[in-house]
Amino acid sequence: MKEETLTIMNIGKICNLLKAKLICGANLLDKEVTYGFASDLMSDVLTLDNDDIVLITGLTNMQTMRTAEISEIPCIVFVRNKKVTDEMIKIAIDNDIVLLECKYSMFKTIGILYENNLKPVY
Amino acid sequence: MNFNFKINGGDFSGAGRASSDIKKVLKKLNVHPKIIKRIVVALYEAEVNVVAHAKKGSINAEIDSEKIRITVVDEGPGIPDIKKAMTEGFSTASSKVREMGFGAGMGLPNMKKNADVLNIKSNVGSGTMVELITFFKS
Repeated sequence: MKEETLTIMNIGKICNLLKAKLICGANLLDKEVTYGFASDLMSDVLTLDNDDIVLITGLTNMQTMRTAEISEIPCIVFVRNKKVTDEMIKIAIDNDIVLLECKYSMFKTIGILYENNLKPVY
Repeated sequence: MNFNFKINGGDFSGAGRASSDIKKVLKKLNVHPKIIKRIVVALYEAEVNVVAHAKKGSINAEIDSEKIRITVVDEGPGIPDIKKAMTEGFSTASSKVREMGFGAGMGLPNMKKNADVLNIKSNVGSGTMVELITFFKS
């Protein structure tokens, strides 16, 4: 019988794998995450029940931050070289959310994380 | 405990402030994190709906030792067919709302999923009242 193991990755490893720029949350890089979810639609993010999710998105606005705060998401990767604003960083710091800016496309970002055993939510 | 908030239609950058404040209060009261998440997800969906569809609205949250009762009242277009609006994927959101990352037609179904009690009363042309009740011990 094939055995399935649950891989747990820390946020620092995600930052390194994606050659991403750490915007805030340097003290939280050891935090472990299990799942990845990629979406520009926050309505879909709000339907997730899992904890320890990394959100991969190209949507840089306050609603991305509020969605992460409400959904207890510990790390957001902004893809396609999108830049976060100071207002977004403030919410991230207040709520212990790590923000990463990544130059890769969403497709490439997801591919790298999936290859390294970050699990899909469904 | 009783909390009141105002919501302005179209104020997307402000949507979520009430949910954020209520989350902090519930954390201080040591409500279980999974219950807090359910409560604030439902409230946030309600806030976004007011910002997306109404001119203005207000939120009242009553907290006692057993539960939270949230009432969201708006002055908006109302919902002509509540049953249809409860269908996953059904949405009347504008393109601007979609650009903000919403309007997928998941708001009301997600409120139903996350609240223990959901009541909706709506008058077309005048507004909508949403009541969300969640108990702290499931």
